Amino acid sequence: MWIVVCYDVNTETREGRRRLRRVAQVCKNFGQRVQKSVFECQVDEMKFEQLRRLLLKEVKLELDNLRLYRLTEPREKRVEEYGATRTVFFDEETLVV
Amino acid sequence: MKQLLNTLYVMTQGAYLSLDHETVRVEVNGDLKLQVPLHHLGSIVTMGNVMISPFFLGKCADDGRAVVILDRNGRYKCRMVGKTNGNVLLRQAQYQAGQDDDHTTAIAAAMTAGKVKNARNVLLRSARESGDPEEERHLRKSADIQAEALFHLKSARDTDHVRGLEGEAAAAYFDVFTLMMKPAERDSLPMNGRNRRPPLDPVNALISFLYTLLLNDCISAVEGVGLDPQMGFLHVPRPGRPSLGLDLMEEFRAFMADRLAVTLINRKQITLEHFEPRPGGAVYLNEKGRKEVVAAWQKRKQEETEHPLLAEKTLIGLVPHLQARLLARHLRGDLESYVPYIHP
Repeated sequence: MWIVVCYDVNTETREGRRRLRRVAQVCKNFGQRVQKSVFECQVDEMKFEQLRRLLLKEVKLELDNLRLYRLTEPREKRVEEYGATRTVFFDEETLVV
Repeated sequence: MKQLLNTLYVMTQGAYLSLDHETVRVEVNGDLKLQVPLHHLGSIVTMGNVMISPFFLGKCADDGRAVVILDRNGRYKCRMVGKTNGNVLLRQAQYQAGQDDDHTTAIAAAMTAGKVKNARNVLLRSARESGDPEEERHLRKSADIQAEALFHLKSARDTDHVRGLEGEAAAAYFDVFTLMMKPAERDSLPMNGRNRRPPLDPVNALISFLYTLLLNDCISAVEGVGLDPQMGFLHVPRPGRPSLGLDLMEEFRAFMADRLAVTLINRKQITLEHFEPRPGGAVYLNEKGRKEVVAAWQKRKQEETEHPLLAEKTLIGLVPHLQARLLARHLRGDLESYVPYIHP
């Protein structure tokens, strides 16, 4: 399933900037960045549990905001994409460098 | 839902793979080319001079993710796997399929069908391009024999029956092989059917050399997915013989090797001066000829094609790897039948 992760992390303090980096890193481990603080992750149930747990460990709920959306399948019918970024389908594309 | 894991191919010379938390970074000259979360990857295949950080290797070993190292030409070098991996189960499935006559026949028939269909397409293409009605008729007739073999393959009784049909189709194919060459080239490089070990004329020498290149790629592909290259279905297992590599190769012979041989000859890229006779009537490519052919082969592999089953664009050189993966999926039980690659 596809999960969209969006976050606002309060970066007024050093501690906040640290949280922002750590939240972004968790997202990177699971998916790809599609906008500055929006990630799309393709995960199974177990990975999703992990993702949520790790994210909730990093954010400070009084100051930050975290939103997780699940995309309705099939993704290609529900997602419209314009502009420079292009989604990579890690699970099905032939990954060649 | 179970996700099918992907394979990452790194072909750019001088690329560097490193571990970044739970992702792999692929850098070329310091530029980040791709960053993939590891949970999408089942294996990593590198070709030639690709560097891998020890931490990344260790991580792959821990997770049971195979790292396959091939040389620049795609020849298999080694495969690094950690303590636990599912490949014993895959090989077990492969051996079980090899013991089961019906299953063996089904896989062998599918592979042969791929070979015959691809050979037929190559013949029909030459027939369309042929200017001589008489020659076109011969080419079409041979194509008809391929079609007939395809028809009978659907109801093949056993593997010997499959092998018989394959032999008949191949004989009809090589009967008209020279007609795919331009008339002028036929006179300078005469050929009378297929012969090998040793090849007795330049065209056979050229085809044999291309088959060697192709076989290496197919063995690499088979090893790359963790199958045993010696345990084949169409080819009987024999000590030291890469039977499964030979099996997998069948689908690709016509459009990857034969068609390239014809093109090289027709464009006069390969002429009589690229061959040398050896004692006993054998003919081989000389060093200059081999270099020319290897360069053309690598170029051919960089051409784009569209995989009809996976419906995605890919490079011709990667098709054997994709087919090996389909075969592994089939043997594991994820795919109902093995579907050969038909070149568009």
